[in-house]
Amino acid sequence: MLKFLLNKLVLIVPTFIGITIVAFGFVRVLPGDPILALAGERGVEPERYQQLLTQFGFDRPIWEQYFTYVVGLFQGDFGTSIATKRPVLNEFMTLFPATLELATCAIIFAIVIGIPAGIISAVKRGSWFDQLTMGTALAGYSMPIFWWGLLLIILFSGILGWTPVSGRISLMYFFPQVTGFMLIDSLLSGQPGAFQSAVRHLILPTIVLGTIPLAVIARQTRSAMLEVLGEDYVRTARAKGLGQLQVVGVHALRNALIPVITTIGLQVGVLLAGAILTETIFSWPGIGKWMVDSIFRRDYPSVQGGLVLIALIVMVVNLTVDVLYGLINPRIRHQ
Amino acid sequence: MKKFGKLLAATALMGLMAGSAYAKTLVYCSEGSPEGFDVAPYTAGTTFDASSKPLYNRLVEFKRGTSQVQPGLAESWEVSEDGLEYTFNLRKGVKFHTTSFFTPTRDFNADDVLFSFNRQRLADHPWYEYVPGISWEYFNGMSMPDLIDDIVKVDDYTVKFVLKRPEAPMIANLAMDFASIVSAEYAEQLAESDSKEMLNQEPVGTGPFQFVAYQKDAVIRYAAHPDYWQGKQPIDDLVFAITTDAAVRAQKLKAGECHVAPYPNPADIETLASDPNLMMMEQEGLNVGYLAYNTQVAPFDNTKVRKALNMAINKQAILEAVFQGAGTAAKNPIPPTMWSYNNAIEDDPYDPEAAKAMLEAEGVTGLEMEIWAMPVQRPYNPNARRMAEVIQADFAKIGVDVQIVSYEWGEYLARSKEIDREGAVLLGWTGDNGDPDNFLAVLLGCDGVGGSNRAQWCNEEFEALIQKAKTISDQEERTKLYEEAQVVFKREAPWATIAHSTVFMPMSKKVEGYVMDPLGGHWFDGVDLAE
Repeated sequence: MLKFLLNKLVLIVPTFIGITIVAFGFVRVLPGDPILALAGERGVEPERYQQLLTQFGFDRPIWEQYFTYVVGLFQGDFGTSIATKRPVLNEFMTLFPATLELATCAIIFAIVIGIPAGIISAVKRGSWFDQLTMGTALAGYSMPIFWWGLLLIILFSGILGWTPVSGRISLMYFFPQVTGFMLIDSLLSGQPGAFQSAVRHLILPTIVLGTIPLAVIARQTRSAMLEVLGEDYVRTARAKGLGQLQVVGVHALRNALIPVITTIGLQVGVLLAGAILTETIFSWPGIGKWMVDSIFRRDYPSVQGGLVLIALIVMVVNLTVDVLYGLINPRIRHQ
Repeated sequence: MKKFGKLLAATALMGLMAGSAYAKTLVYCSEGSPEGFDVAPYTAGTTFDASSKPLYNRLVEFKRGTSQVQPGLAESWEVSEDGLEYTFNLRKGVKFHTTSFFTPTRDFNADDVLFSFNRQRLADHPWYEYVPGISWEYFNGMSMPDLIDDIVKVDDYTVKFVLKRPEAPMIANLAMDFASIVSAEYAEQLAESDSKEMLNQEPVGTGPFQFVAYQKDAVIRYAAHPDYWQGKQPIDDLVFAITTDAAVRAQKLKAGECHVAPYPNPADIETLASDPNLMMMEQEGLNVGYLAYNTQVAPFDNTKVRKALNMAINKQAILEAVFQGAGTAAKNPIPPTMWSYNNAIEDDPYDPEAAKAMLEAEGVTGLEMEIWAMPVQRPYNPNARRMAEVIQADFAKIGVDVQIVSYEWGEYLARSKEIDREGAVLLGWTGDNGDPDNFLAVLLGCDGVGGSNRAQWCNEEFEALIQKAKTISDQEERTKLYEEAQVVFKREAPWATIAHSTVFMPMSKKVEGYVMDPLGGHWFDGVDLAE
């Protein structure tokens, strides 16, 4: 097991270096001159231009810039935002709980609905339920998030008035942030109705962000389940006279879940990418919206730092999933 | 411990807000997050809406809904005979905000004025770079360091600005956002506790509202300043609910989750205006979109050729195709909301036949030219590519063959400055301070050739008028000069003036007393909510 873990950890180092190169290069290969673009119609005096070049460090050789940047990263210095003049890491940590809260709800939503739907579809293969579920899953998978979000807002908030349009909690509630997680903070605040308001604000963004993972999980569960249901040991279990529930729930599901867990782990990347759009639609103050704002503001240190941090999170989650996978499936860790 | 203290303070504030159960709260769905709450380091309107407008005052202020200047923290001012000395008499009894993080011990005075400007002006000032990387872009952009020679405290309530040259727009500059007055006493307190950066995060000003809390990228809360020198505001609380997507802002307005929301999508304007609970205000933006010929390159050095081309442009078609109705045709280089706008001027008629004949009379046949289309979206030109295509089709009708070119934005701006540039450039301008000089001198003055004057146009008559207007401070006299300058501009046609955008402002019918700002800001002082 230790060897397995070490193997995985060793792989992380080149991946991380690759990510820093991509994130660093991304800002440099963007066409044109960020300073001129920033100055716009007003223009910038040549002396001021030189000053800004020096300030951003753009006047130094590219390898030196990269080296300084990576050394900074290892010391926990992700740079300073051009817009707010605050450390990028600081900004990221302030906003990350909001994204984490939303992503957690979305993945729970996707699992709770996706796995049962996949199992039933597999068991009742070819039935109207199977066809309907898989058809819906395909539609959900191909749904453009922005359009889907707006559609839900117009229907449920605009026409029916059931859910709030956007934000994390009703503006009438105002309490200090303790954890950054609105569900927890609203409970801690002790204000009546605050928790309910936070939940109501979570419903639509959770559905929108959870739709694609839900579709993927449902389809993956179904195909894994179908494969397992055709195995000899399942036939044996049936031959022993076990009931349908026991065959499916105990013998088949445990083995079918292995590829599903990998799929769920891979959805973390999808969730963070989806958060960019979902947070923008729902004015959700998380890192996705922050990245979009930073790109629009040409706040390169924030974009660069944000990319590295998000990539780091995805790497850590994938590593955890790999380890988990090894724990569940001995065949993997002995390979 | 510090964190705990903050928690306590926030809880106390909460109690205060909860206590006023019948507080009138106005919710503004703003389009983005402020970069910070100290005004001067920034240049974005979104940041100014959240900082300089609610929180601060300036020595002089723009009169609500106009670009005219009126007394603010200065009760009055005198300009010396030579136009080099501006002496301001400061208002007495003006209180700074008392907040959970600062309790002022004195009223506003000359020290605050000196502090607010010197930190932007003097590189050796302890607050010049109070946060690493901070700089004073707008102050520099308006050439203030070259203009101000010294700022002198005559006594506690008198301040004198000494200029290096006479500059009439100086007063208008002092009404701009970067000239907001911050508290020197608060700065001192922050310096002592070694937390200078808080000036940008927990602001203190003299403005109509005071800062309560900011939850990053989500909500900004303000409360009415109880001791505001112009009296307490009719509303008790002001909340900015940050909502970046225009379609979502429209839904929030309809659902009653906000009272006012700026920048609607053109496609939503009709449905918002027809909503029984909402009303729609509109006004021309303080901007102009234009096509600048290079007047130093043949055949565009010929006034008649430029005139003929201008007559071939169908502006109505552009307004429909590019602005989708949210714009008005431009006939002058300054927008109609600006003082000295010469409404007596008649625009060149749209007449392709006459235009063709004029070109032929000048011996110009088979003309081939480039039109440059910007790669970015701007208020004065929402889609430059589309605009270029409409003009291309118009010019084809008079036998002019147009090739559309574009560059990356930074490159575009740099290349379009070149004096020997081929082709005509689509560009525009949004005003800073409501002074005509800010358009006419910057965009069409001789100093701007090879720079911001994309037409490379230097006309003696025009230049004499605008230079004269710069040195006199009497606005009526200046108006006459600028009106005349616009006549010269129209006659010489260095640009085809294309459009001014229209700004729409949807809001709840409960909102009373909201006035649109021709400079594009959003102000909530004097605004009330009907029960």
